[in-house]
Amino acid sequence: MIPNDVILRSVTKAAIVIIFTFSIYLFFGGHHNPGGGFIGGLSVASGLVLLYLSFDIETVSKNIPVDFKKVAAFGVLLALLTGMSSLFVGKPFLNQTFGYFELPIFGKTELATAVLFDVGVALAVIGTAVTIILSISEDG
Amino acid sequence: MNNLVIMPIIIPLLAGLILILFSKNIGFQRFFSASAILASGYVAVILLQQIKGKGIQVLQAGGWEAPFGISIVADMFSALLLLSASIVAFFCLMYAFKSIGRERENHYFYPFYLFLITGVNGSFLTGDLFNLFVCFEVMLISSYVLLSLGGTRIQLRESIKYVLINVLSSSLFLIAVAYLYAMLGTLNFAHLSLRVADAGQDGLLTTVALLFLIVFGMKAALFLFFWLPGSYSAPPTAIAAIFAALLTKVGIYALFRTFTLVFYHEPQITHFIIGILGALTMILGAIGAIAYWEIKKILTYNVIVGVGFIMAGLASSTHYGMMGSIYYLIHDILIKALIILLGGTIIYIMGTSKLKEISGLIRNHPFLGWMFFIAALSLAGIPPLSGFLGKVFITRGTFESEYYWLGGIGLFTSLMVLYSIMKIFMNVFWGETNVSKEMEKGTAKGLVLPIAGLTGLTITLGIGAEGIAESVRIAADGLLNPSLYIEAVIGESQFGSK
Repeated sequence: MIPNDVILRSVTKAAIVIIFTFSIYLFFGGHHNPGGGFIGGLSVASGLVLLYLSFDIETVSKNIPVDFKKVAAFGVLLALLTGMSSLFVGKPFLNQTFGYFELPIFGKTELATAVLFDVGVALAVIGTAVTIILSISEDG
Repeated sequence: MNNLVIMPIIIPLLAGLILILFSKNIGFQRFFSASAILASGYVAVILLQQIKGKGIQVLQAGGWEAPFGISIVADMFSALLLLSASIVAFFCLMYAFKSIGRERENHYFYPFYLFLITGVNGSFLTGDLFNLFVCFEVMLISSYVLLSLGGTRIQLRESIKYVLINVLSSSLFLIAVAYLYAMLGTLNFAHLSLRVADAGQDGLLTTVALLFLIVFGMKAALFLFFWLPGSYSAPPTAIAAIFAALLTKVGIYALFRTFTLVFYHEPQITHFIIGILGALTMILGAIGAIAYWEIKKILTYNVIVGVGFIMAGLASSTHYGMMGSIYYLIHDILIKALIILLGGTIIYIMGTSKLKEISGLIRNHPFLGWMFFIAALSLAGIPPLSGFLGKVFITRGTFESEYYWLGGIGLFTSLMVLYSIMKIFMNVFWGETNVSKEMEKGTAKGLVLPIAGLTGLTITLGIGAEGIAESVRIAADGLLNPSLYIEAVIGESQFGSK
């Protein structure tokens, strides 16, 4: 059905790496620079949409075998559980904590539980956006 | 700090998310959603005890102090509403088990039901204007889905109207919040109340207050109810019942919160307008209720009459008026769910909503018939049942504040409500039985149980009104003394009881 689109596919293969890297950059930069879970998740979703455009849905879903509805639910669940984790140590709901750790490659790094919340947001955004795209693209 | 306060929001949300992950197993979905609602009802009971013992319970989310973070506040008013909302949600869910159908259950009915409860509970508990907006949206988006789930022609038509009107009123809400934030620089209810009291409620602030009146009035079907009869008669019975019981009540709750806590300085303008709108709502709703010969239409117009009546209590802003409104609000949550479930069951049995095509149902369904009779009397406010006390107190409140016309209209519309509902009773249940048991379209087996539960509750609430009198009195005191609320929210953070 799809005509000979070798240029599109080759460009996509290169571009997709850049898009996903940029999304991860946006995601982790969110604490100190513009970015964060929402925009990071949205750009991952746009990368996935590019994949769906240049290859067909079956190929992509064979290579990324996840149910995006569940990704969205899991994302919100993760964000909620991060908020709830403070209940177990007797702190108010949604309390967060952070600390500095010596990591092998990165050196001294600030790790915060807010990142886990952001992971939840990002997964929810990816799941929702891709679910919308996939369900309106389905035939009747 | 009391983490229990947030539990009625977290429990249904968590349960709903888990149910999306396990969407195939219907038995598990039913069991889990029912237990989540029971759990949040149980939390509401504990909160009620705590508030009675130790005063208003507050949680500063994330540990940020009051005007800067989001406060979650449970005072007596919200705890009573939480409890009645959980009870009604449980019975409507039981009704849904039997009636909603496998097709809808497979398409995430239970998760969305739980998200609706999350939004409702969140609106009752939040102590922050913008957070109230977010909880409204959680509730509304779930209600859009529940309204259109199933995708029949009439549902799609009505959900377009419903979504349009709610998007409009939500954007008005946002604009009103923006105005208020520009003027006062805060969004926390307690802090807003302090700032309004400091600045004095001048003409501009009163204008913003009226904008809020329009916004919440649209949600609560106060005068701006043109969208309600259509959208509440489109979805399946269990969903229509939970809508009628909870959605307008959240708007009413927001009106009470804003006009008793924040904008209470110019009652001769704002509360007078609320009184006029309440009176118009009662009259127009009652006219609608007696005009139609269709069960669904009559019942949805009765929802509107109730809203107007509760607003009469707020307009009077006396102690008795407030107590009456709280009694009536609790009663109204129960009775509107009950009456819609009853009407839906009749329609399900006979396969038609037209009064003139149904007659003599009492021969085959005596139990259903007498429960409808009790519900009808309770709706109109006949003494031993739950609607009575609220009506008496609201009427007394309006007379005390010399709104005689308002109390009079309230009493007169009670008669019209009684007429409209007795019209259903006499037409449907009395007369010649025109349909034998074999010709009926559906069976009421299993549907009667939740209805009987709610009927029992309306009798208990009527006879045992003394049992909640203390809580209602505390709630009314809280509404009339904003300083209690402010002290609980702002005071705690200033004196640093971490």
